[in-house]
Amino acid sequence: MKVSLFITCLSDAVYPRVGEAMVRLLARYGVRLDFPQVQTCCGQPAFNSGYWKEARESAATILKAFADSDFVISPSGSCTGMIHHYPKLFENDPEWLPKAQELQRKSYEFTQFLVQVLGVKDVGAVFPHKVTYHPSCHGSRLLGVKDEPLELMRHVRGLELVPLPFAEDCCGFGGTFAVKMADISGAMVTEKADHVRETEAEVLVGLDMACLMNIAGNLRYRGDKVKVLHLAELLEEGVKRA
Amino acid sequence: MSGTDKGGTTVKERAGLALNDEFLRKAVKFTTERLRNGKKAAAEQHGNWDEWRERGRQIRLHTIAHLDYYLNLFADNARKNGVHVHFAETGEEAVRISLEIARRVRAKTVVKSKSMVTEELHLNHALDSIGVEAIETDLGEYIIQLAGETPSHIIIPAIHKNRYQIADLLSAEAGETLPPDTTVLAGFVRKKLREKFLEADIGMTGCNFAIAETGSMVLFENEGNARMVTTVPKTQITLMGMERIIPSWADLEVMATLLPRSATGQKLTVYMSGITGPKRVADGDGPEEMHIIIVDNGRSLQLGDPEFQELLNCIRCGACLNACPVYRHIGGHAYGGTYSGPIGAVLTPALKKNVAEWDDIANASSLCGACYEACPVKIPLHEMLIYLRRRKVEAGRGNALETAGMKGFAAVMGNVKRYRTALKLGRIGQKLVVREGGIRLKVGPLKGWNAYRVAPSLAKETFRERWATLEQEIRSDLREMDPTMKERMERAARERENGKGGHSHGEG
Ligand code: SF4
Repeated sequence: MKVSLFITCLSDAVYPRVGEAMVRLLARYGVRLDFPQVQTCCGQPAFNSGYWKEARESAATILKAFADSDFVISPSGSCTGMIHHYPKLFENDPEWLPKAQELQRKSYEFTQFLVQVLGVKDVGAVFPHKVTYHPSCHGSRLLGVKDEPLELMRHVRGLELVPLPFAEDCCGFGGTFAVKMADISGAMVTEKADHVRETEAEVLVGLDMACLMNIAGNLRYRGDKVKVLHLAELLEEGVKRA
Repeated sequence: MSGTDKGGTTVKERAGLALNDEFLRKAVKFTTERLRNGKKAAAEQHGNWDEWRERGRQIRLHTIAHLDYYLNLFADNARKNGVHVHFAETGEEAVRISLEIARRVRAKTVVKSKSMVTEELHLNHALDSIGVEAIETDLGEYIIQLAGETPSHIIIPAIHKNRYQIADLLSAEAGETLPPDTTVLAGFVRKKLREKFLEADIGMTGCNFAIAETGSMVLFENEGNARMVTTVPKTQITLMGMERIIPSWADLEVMATLLPRSATGQKLTVYMSGITGPKRVADGDGPEEMHIIIVDNGRSLQLGDPEFQELLNCIRCGACLNACPVYRHIGGHAYGGTYSGPIGAVLTPALKKNVAEWDDIANASSLCGACYEACPVKIPLHEMLIYLRRRKVEAGRGNALETAGMKGFAAVMGNVKRYRTALKLGRIGQKLVVREGGIRLKVGPLKGWNAYRVAPSLAKETFRERWATLEQEIRSDLREMDPTMKERMERAARERENGKGGHSHGEG
């Protein structure tokens, strides 16, 4: 079976270490990820801003890239969520619509694949640190990825999970929202970062680099040293330590 | 800040005012938190919340799909009960009908309760213009009226005020200093309003649900004043949006389960009144004359629009406001319309059918979906916001700079060669601005972002550049896959083809 990596443009360009962690972690279970080079961006920035024609041009690279994959795994609930919008995006295009529907069915967020499909709960990691978790909105609300990350973290030896106050509140990223409504977004991310600090955790972990980039950016802006990691990185790091 | 005058301002400017108002932010946070925690607890206690949400949604979908039928049934039955039923296509018409009644009964004062629709119509203003005094009798509305503002929340109109501000307002009205104590303040208002009830000529209310099978209207409230408004004055006028209908009392059971829990976390409000026609001979009290004005005012524009029809399912519980992280920071007045929060951001432009005028409201959302998750009838507001944005772009009213930017986006993202080149150029360009691995520059497109954050720099080597080496490394010591895992993967692939894939979209 062909399991493909949908890296997402953000992880490709800014956080390649997240993709690397996913590749290494899945390899431990005998999953050899395939990486189609024609993929670019899921088109979400254009889609959410109302530029659907432009979004389709970008989405086409994703549809082509994964046409013959059996599973498409991404490190972002939001980008996988965008693929779930493809049937709507291509609703008036009889040629692309079936491809969009097919891709939706075979797309998974990383922990969804690991826990739901492979049935892995314990990756055998050791990570003796205080960790707090931000559940990103699109992954948790729209894809319903809620228990998977918690299940994985519960099985990491030494990991102390500190609940994040108001965890389910949006971090204020929202793509172009952060630029268009900069002050509202700023108020939201500042509050989120305040809550992260309140936990006194050493590490903030999440499933979506866009949100984590947003929160980490604010934490760093204010001189805070909390480490910010994608869960795949934390797990891979923990496996190496075990 | 005053909510009455939005004179040409943008949502950004109005939000700016709110963000700088510490009192407002504190007050809004405090109350929305209380309400949403209450709602969460009530939903958990209920035990079967999602199933009931779906029931509620089905009832609303069915009713709106057959709205013509149920409206007629309702009107027929209400008329049989002796009610004067009026249909108003526009806001102006609804106002005209109301004023005519007021003139005919020579009204001097109107006592009001529970009506966002009259806010939508600016009815108090109109009554005032013909010399009729309108008095709001819900505590929160009364405060707002004293302050000369508009409600900033669907069910808690004065949510943006703290009790000290409220004490100041009421003290001015009382002519003596009242302590910022909720019981004392409410007591003062109750006494003050009692006189008004007795002398009022007309009682005016909204309506939470209108029951088609008996032509009755149902009101939920906690203060008891709506009951006074509907029983004491001789003439009663109810203004209702045309979508308030539900078919039967059996359906009300579902709605009565969803509404109070979603609104305040209560199992039931203190009072729930069902009103079926004016006073009958044997009745002890009640109005002698009763009118129901059914208001369209842009609502029927949503009928038959697959992207927006579900807006009419809204039961005005306010849960989406309480869950919204944007509302939490900017309150209701920043939205600039009668209805605020996520529902307002979609409903206001939808009712106006004028996307361009209200365009910026649709941008005041991070699309986090908290509204959808909170909504007792599962209205996908987060998706509607995107549809609004798209309609504006399709109408050629997109921001010029953004339109150019998106063209560029499509050119780069639609073609992997250009994408790779763009990343290389970006890496060269950023050498000028990256310090200690981050970018702090506050100009150009990064200005807003970097006012609150450090921007990360592009990686020295992209994932795709690293892939070839990484893949070789992995291949050299790849393990054999566990047969049970293999089996699981095959099963997952099979099941999703049969439509049983466990990962659907849109399940809140
Ligand atoms: S949209 Fe839903 S949550 Fe918001 S007020 Fe209407 S019914 Fe309540």
